Amino acid sequence: MQDLIVSTLIQGLIYALISFGVYFTYTILDFPDLSVDGSFPLGAAVTAVLLTRGMNPWLTLLVAMAIGALAGLVTGLIHVRLRIRDLLAGIITMTALFSINLQIAGSNLTIDRSTDTIFTSPAAMALFGKLSLLGRKLVISLILVIILKLLIDWFFKTKFGLLLCAVGDNSTLVTTLACDRGRVKIIGLVISNALVALSGCIVCHELRSFSATMGTGQVVFGLATVIIGISTFRWWSNTRAARRLRTVKGMRWLSDPKGTTAVIVGSIIYKLCIQLAMSLGMPANMMKLITAVLFLLVLVLSGRKGEEIIRA
Amino acid sequence: MLEVRDVTKIYNAGKITEHRLFEHFSLTVEQGQFVAIVGSNGSGKTSLLNIICGSIPIEGGDILVGGKSISRLKDYRRYATMGRVYQNPAAGTCPNLTMLENLSLADNKGKPFGLGHGVNRKRIDDYRAMLAELGLGLEDKLDVKMGALSGGQRQAVSLIMATMTPLQFLILDEHIAALDPKTADVIMRLTDQVVREKKLTAMMVTHNLRYAVEYGDRILMMDRGHIVLDRAGEEKKNTSIDDILTKFNHISIGIAD
Repeated sequence: MQDLIVSTLIQGLIYALISFGVYFTYTILDFPDLSVDGSFPLGAAVTAVLLTRGMNPWLTLLVAMAIGALAGLVTGLIHVRLRIRDLLAGIITMTALFSINLQIAGSNLTIDRSTDTIFTSPAAMALFGKLSLLGRKLVISLILVIILKLLIDWFFKTKFGLLLCAVGDNSTLVTTLACDRGRVKIIGLVISNALVALSGCIVCHELRSFSATMGTGQVVFGLATVIIGISTFRWWSNTRAARRLRTVKGMRWLSDPKGTTAVIVGSIIYKLCIQLAMSLGMPANMMKLITAVLFLLVLVLSGRKGEEIIRA
Repeated sequence: MLEVRDVTKIYNAGKITEHRLFEHFSLTVEQGQFVAIVGSNGSGKTSLLNIICGSIPIEGGDILVGGKSISRLKDYRRYATMGRVYQNPAAGTCPNLTMLENLSLADNKGKPFGLGHGVNRKRIDDYRAMLAELGLGLEDKLDVKMGALSGGQRQAVSLIMATMTPLQFLILDEHIAALDPKTADVIMRLTDQVVREKKLTAMMVTHNLRYAVEYGDRILMMDRGHIVLDRAGEEKKNTSIDDILTKFNHISIGIAD
């Protein structure tokens, strides 16, 4: 039981990187980016091949991010330079990536037990060797997610970060600030897909395998977690307890948490729901149906009803 | 100096709904002039501003600034020397960013948007002073999200943001049309002050004939893609609202027949 909860937490943390990516595109840029379904397995495919070829496991994180960034660049260029609508641009990249992933790693690729992953690498053993494998996975994914969260929070405080927010908020203003909004959008998509591919990479380390179909439904996962997280936190920041916390010095951050924290929580809640459904005896074949129903529930309950997605 | 030379603008070219708004339209605006443009709906006032800013393409002619053509420049490049305030108060600011963040963005116009701190704390006092001058009590609301402010407050901030950095031209696209009379007065006075202080060349589209006469150095009246009245200098000083209104009624009747 305890192991089950820990492994669900690990899932929630690793997949939270997809939520970060979707947070960039959907929440900040107002761009529903479907390339996620392709760039997630892309990160895993690249990682699986590189690991079997004996590359340093930590280095695969960087390579996966770079390749994911490239996928985001393609979606961005299709949308901005070729003027294809955002949804369609994402679909085109996603479709193309399915074949590319098959070319890179075939339909399935299992990583040999003797190959080191980031969770069994010498560095991980030296630091957290006393923990069980599951404990190491939890600690390492937690550290990675926190580092990325802090980096993203810092990024949104920079000049470029503000400009990125402005593009999603009011792109007319960005033009009158003499900035090319298309370029800003492309950079946002690059960052987003790098994060999504990194998620795929770490999942591959964790599962020790790649499968071509592992990307299916990841966009929905990302959107659902972002909406769960943000609406939960919006509800929380309006409660009496949160309002009281706001008056206490040093506790303000707890009353009005950041979007990045929200999506991590959203991701964990989501994975817990799925795990609960499985524990209650739902057959694995029904998983996507449960996902769809869960997403619908989230949209209805949060009062957004996906109007932003349809508007695009 | 801004020159619109021989411009042709055709909407829906080649279709049954084709509309030739401008054919060989020309206009010269002198440095430092405050031009008020009036005219009925569909007369081409806003289209003219959009053409100058590069928001819509033209089918012929040229736009020149200081003798150099800018027709081939993308819209965002033209804004390097232009500021613009829109009719919709929501268009000039980011609703989900705070006023401080909005002002910081505008303050950085013309400089690279890199990975430095988005908000320059050293400038806060300057921002406060600018806001205090408005007399709208905005100086204490720097951390409030822009979307929580009223239309008039947002438009005042939009105007500050549009004119914060050095620029040559100020484009005012019916920027007081959505405001209540009192706020419109405040914004109009503020506009005039900024234009005079910074010696800007301004083009203001408005439906308010009183403001046009009161604040413009030059008045243009447009009708169906033509300038039907153009008064500047002494001639403008001797022009009253009644004169403009008479002319305005005249063209309105012209449309009816």
